[in-house]
Amino acid sequence: MTAATATQRTGRRTRPWRLPAGLRRCAVPLALLVLWQASVGLGWISTRSIPSPSQILTAFWDLTVSGELAVHLLVSLGRVSAGLAIGISAGTVCALIAGLSRRGEDALDALLQMLRTLPHLALVPLFILWFGIGETPKIALVALGTAFPIYLNLFAGIRTVDAKVVEAVSTLGLTRGEMIAQVILPGALPAFLTGLRYALGVAWLSLVVGEQINASSGIGYLAMTAREFLRTDVIVVALIVYAILGLLADLIVRFIERSALVWRPAFIKE
Amino acid sequence: MSHALSQSTASQSIIGKPVVSVRGLVRNFGAGNVLDGLSLDLQPGSFTALLGRSGCGKSTLLRTLARLDPAPEGTVHLPDERAVVFQEPRLVPWMRVLRNVTLGLRHSDAEARGLAALEEVGLSHRACAWPLTLSGGEAQRAALARALVREPRLLLLDEPFAALDALTRMRMQGLVETLWRSHAPAVLLVTHDVDEALLLADRAMVMANGRIAADIPIPLARPRRHGDPGFIALRSRLLAELGVDEEHLATREPQRTEGRASAAKPGGYGLPAGAAAAPSL
Repeated sequence: MTAATATQRTGRRTRPWRLPAGLRRCAVPLALLVLWQASVGLGWISTRSIPSPSQILTAFWDLTVSGELAVHLLVSLGRVSAGLAIGISAGTVCALIAGLSRRGEDALDALLQMLRTLPHLALVPLFILWFGIGETPKIALVALGTAFPIYLNLFAGIRTVDAKVVEAVSTLGLTRGEMIAQVILPGALPAFLTGLRYALGVAWLSLVVGEQINASSGIGYLAMTAREFLRTDVIVVALIVYAILGLLADLIVRFIERSALVWRPAFIKE
Repeated sequence: MSHALSQSTASQSIIGKPVVSVRGLVRNFGAGNVLDGLSLDLQPGSFTALLGRSGCGKSTLLRTLARLDPAPEGTVHLPDERAVVFQEPRLVPWMRVLRNVTLGLRHSDAEARGLAALEEVGLSHRACAWPLTLSGGEAQRAALARALVREPRLLLLDEPFAALDALTRMRMQGLVETLWRSHAPAVLLVTHDVDEALLLADRAMVMANGRIAADIPIPLARPRRHGDPGFIALRSRLLAELGVDEEHLATREPQRTEGRASAAKPGGYGLPAGAAAAPSL
């Protein structure tokens, strides 16, 4: 009996009761959430400043059920996709031209390096004058913002492919086309994916700005109209949607990296 | 002068047209000539070691023979079937080992040839591995297979064992000798290591001032051993040509004629007399 209690005591001393690791990491955010809900509920914080978590959830639910959120989400996704497609294509083409030939570099690189110092969001007034207030300025803003990170990273990637490997391969009798397709471009892929991840971030940022100006649909429009009716809950829903979309985009790039860069030691499981 | 030298070489006595023929090669970087009217012939199937101090131009010569560097002055006759193995394996990291070996091959049975070459270097079990998972010795063997699969008439080796540990280096030396015997390419081995040259080559050339300053036949029977009298005599002669005075060396490490990367080259020197020079694999 006494022996049993002794072992129990030592057991307690060496292994004290603890929360599982996952729960421990969530503890502080959860506590803040509870505090937030209580503060709004007790009237310490006005719902005009920030709604309670439960109100946000309700707004989220209402918007989803009414189909409003889906409509705006699809419009926003369409704009980002179109802008990204144009931006990535333009950035890739420019990087290939400048990266693979000296003449191309002379023609393009100085110009693009100058243009990239321009904060592209500052072009909004000009874009409205040029393209009106329809879809074009929003897509153009996304395209412009995403083209530069793609260009810069892919160009640097092409130029920093291991010169020693390229030299060794050049003794193996490959044509220039084979060399580019099999060695240079795969070698530049990690840099391209870094550019892609950055471009996705810029794309959402550009969309947020673009949709808050003269838009009649989209997540940004949802947030702007909500402001006029003091619907802070809807604004926060829009913010959360943006955050989730950004997270998803990052996950997609990570997935691509995992499958395209299997040869890297970090991804090799042996 | 260099022409006269090349006529006095041992390999000249072998009947046949040289597989490599260089006459009056000049190459300059900035002020001085790195290659200054260099001439040399390599006979088919010969094994030549190229020694010399740092900056004597031996790497430039090898790069010229690999057509990686231009030959602005002089004539260079080379076979089309050439292959190079560098100090680093220089494999393409995003291609599996077999693909690295068959890269650039136009044969319809390229894959079978690649597998056969990997088999020869003892690496067939790693055919599907990613290069970055290979050990240093394995990667260098893959590089050797990549060179071999092209059935070169001229095999250029640019200090291929310098970055390997002592045991791996000994195994690799044995492997290169075996492969040379079975495939009989003309081999030009650039090395800092006098013992390595004496173990493997039939002929040692010492470069100085952009030319072949000494051309010494190595008529030793194989397999060669570090302690053989002929080996020791030739080593003294080669070291003298390299300007190293053996009397003043405290330890038997005269190979470090350059003082560079000595930590990375611990290999194979202090072997007891009679130790197998080129262990079989």
